[in-house]
Amino acid sequence: MKILVCIKQVPDMESKFKANAAGDWFDSSDLAWRMNEYDEYSVEQAIQLKGQVGDADLTVLCIGGEQVKETMKKALAMGCDRGVHILDEQSYQRDPFAIASLIASFARDKDFDVIFTGLQSQDRGSAQVGVMVAELLGLPALTTLVEFAYDNGTINGKRELEGGTRGKVSCKTPALVTCQLGLNTPRYPTLPNIMKAKKKELISIPASDLGASDSRSQSLKLAPPEKKGSGLILEGEPAEIADQLIRILKEKTTVLA
Amino acid sequence: MKLLLIAESREGKLLGSSSELTCFAKQMNADSVMLLVGNDNDLPAYNGTLYLADPAQAGEFNPAVHKQLVLEVVAKEQPDMIVLSHSSYGWDLAPRLAVALNAAQISEVVEVKQDGLLVPVCNAKLRRQVKPDTEICVVTLQAGAFTPSEELTGTPVVVKLTADGEGNILFQGYEAAEETGVDLSKAEVVVSAGRGIGKPENLEMIAALAKALKGEFGASRPVVDAEWAEHSRQVGTTGQTVSPKLYVACGISGAIQHLAGMKKSEFIVAINTDKDAPIGEVADVLAVVDLKQLVPILTEKLSA
Ligand SMILES: Cc1cc2nc3c(=O)[nH]c(=O)nc-3n(C[C@H](O)[C@H](O)[C@H](O)COP(=O)(O)OP(=O)(O)OC[C@H]3O[C@@H](n4cnc5c(N)ncnc54)[C@H](O)[C@@H]3O)c2cc1C
Repeated sequence: MKILVCIKQVPDMESKFKANAAGDWFDSSDLAWRMNEYDEYSVEQAIQLKGQVGDADLTVLCIGGEQVKETMKKALAMGCDRGVHILDEQSYQRDPFAIASLIASFARDKDFDVIFTGLQSQDRGSAQVGVMVAELLGLPALTTLVEFAYDNGTINGKRELEGGTRGKVSCKTPALVTCQLGLNTPRYPTLPNIMKAKKKELISIPASDLGASDSRSQSLKLAPPEKKGSGLILEGEPAEIADQLIRILKEKTTVLA
Repeated sequence: MKLLLIAESREGKLLGSSSELTCFAKQMNADSVMLLVGNDNDLPAYNGTLYLADPAQAGEFNPAVHKQLVLEVVAKEQPDMIVLSHSSYGWDLAPRLAVALNAAQISEVVEVKQDGLLVPVCNAKLRRQVKPDTEICVVTLQAGAFTPSEELTGTPVVVKLTADGEGNILFQGYEAAEETGVDLSKAEVVVSAGRGIGKPENLEMIAALAKALKGEFGASRPVVDAEWAEHSRQVGTTGQTVSPKLYVACGISGAIQHLAGMKKSEFIVAINTDKDAPIGEVADVLAVVDLKQLVPILTEKLSA
């Protein structure tokens, strides 16, 4: 079985963000980077599938500049067999369709049986790329999965719907699935596996070699939201904040009455 | 400008989000038609043409067949924009339409601007103004961003569609969320723990604060996903919706899916080390402090 898992490197969401000079994306300096949270679930599920079927080859793919290799190494240390880095320093300028077309162009003649992606990325949050890859390759796509089972060429999954209801779905492989938070418990790479991962194959392909399609939308402007919050901000010593809070609760609510 | 609005139904019932699509069309100052795979005895309040397909035939969830239905209406009506909710149905169908129509897709629109549409970036810490470069485009709307100020009225002119084809996915029905556990919606005070509690042992201090305030403790999704708390305690779009007299968010960033479950609370206190956390947008009081330091002191003072 051939498995592909597509991951993205994103900034830590607790960072302070500001617009870049062009004003079309955030300034990437001074940010800490990590694997997109949704993708941690895809990598884990891909590794579990490989473990289940035994005879499988698992490729992890990531698009971005040199720095995304750090995140790819984590996926290799978790248990992916090989890495394909699509080198593109300006990948943030591509819209989800252009990103999907790069992935589809790489995957088209590779006969992957199952392709995993996250439901969405934490930074852009478009929830488009996975489904678009499937549509471009003519594969069925099961999205928003919180349960995944594979049995002899069939994927049985549960989609998470609003309110926590689940929709039971299935399809035949080859297929693509997009992973929702909570699908499994992503493993932490162990030290021996981190060492082993250093020896795994990690090839780079320039994005220009894959002939990406053009973006279909453009960013005009990026800015923090206009501050709507009219709330009071309390800072200082915890004991003083506690006193202030109790005073406010007595004044503004009835819960301490 | 002409819009094609895609309404949704679930388990035979029309979803309320159809009114958000109509509200968006109004803000865009555009003509519209609507498409629904749903029952003819539960129609949206909408004055316009409604293309209606029978779920018994088209399947309530069958993306490939629904895509064909949309493409059929697109061919007939030549809309400039196809509008869906940013929901589990909408974000699944929209990219399929965008690929089929060579159209730009813009996800999770929160506001209409003179030149383009506004969407959130990085957990709503930033907003991006986007413009499609294609003649037809597909957009999804953030839940709650386009809520009509009054209840809509109207009766659609129904045009029936016939679906055919099987699709490449088999849908085998729904499974209800577990209903055991606490009913947070009855509590007057809810104190919720987020990922910021750091480790499961710290849930105890959140539960203790909830007890001191005579309330229940809740949780954000990562705390439930990590199995530190049961699902019945999850607040948000895929958990409970609460509107207590007091909601205390401890170490919760304030993602839109969490806010949807608690923003109607009467009074909101947030405890967060990040002064810029989006929870600050809805909080009446934001205490910028390590919750591990504040929560035990607060509990002690309240219990004194
Ligand atoms: C379809 C869908 C449905 C979803 N449904 C839900 C849902 O129902 N409910 C839900 O909650 N989420 C839901 N989510 C997930 C949601 O998008 C967020 O990922 C989640 O709400 C984040 O939880 P959090 O705020 O606890 O964690 P984070 O976003 O990681 O935030 C942690 C916060 O803790 C703060 N912090 C860290 N350390 C401390 C400290 N020592 N003291 C004080 N503060 C600290 C940080 O500054 C940060 O703001 C859903 C997502 C999707 C895509």
